[in-house]
Amino acid sequence: MNLKIQHFVIFLTIFGLISCTKQPQKLSQISGKRLPIASSLKVDDSIDAFIAPYRNRLNSVLDSTLAIAAHNISKTDGAYNSSAGNLMADIVYAEANPIFKMRTGHTIDFVFLNFGGIRAPISVGKVTTRTAFEVMPFDNSIVVVKLDGKTVIKLVDYLIESKKAHPISGIQIALDATNRPSKINIQGKPFEEGKDYFVATSDYLLEGGDNMVFFKEAKEQTNIDYYVRNAMIDNFKKVDTLSPVVDDRFYKMN
Amino acid sequence: MKRRTFIAKTTSSAAFLGLGGLQVDAGSSKSRKHLTILHTNDVHSHIDPFPTVHQEYPNMGGLAKRASLVANIRKENPNTLLFDAGDIFQGTPYFNFYGGELEFKLMSMLRYDASTIGNHDFDNGIDGLLAQMPHAKFEFLSANYDFSDTVMNGHVKPYKIFWVEGLKIGVYGLGIALDGLVLPKLSKETRYSDPYEIATDCEYELKIRQACDLVICLSHLGYSYTDQKRPDDLGLAARTKYTQLIIGGHTHTFLEKPTIVKNGIGNDILVNQVGCYGIYLGRIDFYFEDVDKVGTDVARISIS
Repeated sequence: MNLKIQHFVIFLTIFGLISCTKQPQKLSQISGKRLPIASSLKVDDSIDAFIAPYRNRLNSVLDSTLAIAAHNISKTDGAYNSSAGNLMADIVYAEANPIFKMRTGHTIDFVFLNFGGIRAPISVGKVTTRTAFEVMPFDNSIVVVKLDGKTVIKLVDYLIESKKAHPISGIQIALDATNRPSKINIQGKPFEEGKDYFVATSDYLLEGGDNMVFFKEAKEQTNIDYYVRNAMIDNFKKVDTLSPVVDDRFYKMN
Repeated sequence: MKRRTFIAKTTSSAAFLGLGGLQVDAGSSKSRKHLTILHTNDVHSHIDPFPTVHQEYPNMGGLAKRASLVANIRKENPNTLLFDAGDIFQGTPYFNFYGGELEFKLMSMLRYDASTIGNHDFDNGIDGLLAQMPHAKFEFLSANYDFSDTVMNGHVKPYKIFWVEGLKIGVYGLGIALDGLVLPKLSKETRYSDPYEIATDCEYELKIRQACDLVICLSHLGYSYTDQKRPDDLGLAARTKYTQLIIGGHTHTFLEKPTIVKNGIGNDILVNQVGCYGIYLGRIDFYFEDVDKVGTDVARISIS
């Protein structure tokens, strides 16, 4: 645009402002963008000082090293099962089964949790109580329900239809080319429709979370009064290294 | 009159071609008003920045840094409103240890103006939410959650009108269906209604009856679902007539820039959502001018 036109526009703008001061107003222009809260931003000292006592108390509880993650652990590294899901479900089995057995004399057949319940990945390196809070911030308790074989089929159908790598342990499902289960093993033995199974899950899912309506058909339920997060913390204290991998507990056959 | 039209066209085309200096001159005059809307969503108790070794968001976020950014923007334009689209609670031990007290206190210190209520804000039950209300010096807006049979009765409004430099800004809130997301023992007698219908009522009230200059929705419905039966922000945009900005949440959708969509009467409006965990702050600037300088009914939208 040349200079003449610019001057013309300036004149017209001033003219416009003088002539229109009492007019009602209307939206003329909108602009939008997102601003990163980047590390380069200055810390507001008064806010930081306000947070400090809360932060210090938390850190003293949360930041001692319990175990080491051998690699990054994520819930999205596999289509049908994931390293983070396998870790969580295997921990629930390992930590809850002895308690359940002591209380009832029965053993857990398999674990079924929800993909959405894993709230953060675990980064390679030190694993702390804080890690467990990040992965599982919810105060959800482990419950064990007794399901008949028909309800277990509904659970498996839910799992297949959800197309999500919901955490499972103790059950193995192989899908055929049409996404139907061609093999279901529970504790290494073929699934029997006439049999009842003890399934460990969370109270959130049992009470209707994630629309897992099949849990409403539970014949019995035992709340073992143990948070999923606390099971993780207790397990991290026992092991030195976490190295869960995507495996063949749920997969599609070629 | 012909000259008027010509003037309006010329000024707007000049501004469109990027003569920034001209826009600033015009903005300093009373006839041009500038409103800045800042927003967050799904902060989920992320008070501190992510650690340096975090695999997704190293060193990003943090309330103390958000505070300095917001303060700078307020310094640049005092006509600024700050909103949150829900799920303030749950996600770090700050929530497990302190129940949301610190989140509300800090948002009050940052001078948040309003928030809507997300499904996770029920995580300590409706009693747990009520317990933190004394720490919140900002409004809770939810038009489609009815709390009248709960302890939260009187603590949540469907909408609020904010007066900013003579402009009337109507803001209403919408929450997601509770079934399957929030256990009944937590939400108790909270009643959910269809957000699309309620939104239509709210925007009519704010734009037509109350003659607001701008109508904004704080939504925790989620950005977009493949299941057409689930209400979402894009569906809301297509069904409303007067809502000009939908600030969304729930789906943790990281929009690089606001989405421009057609509303129910074919006008362009904005839907925005800035992911989660306080990693980004959304910023939308609205400029108002005298009616006869605007030229057309539809505002020019530029996105960066």
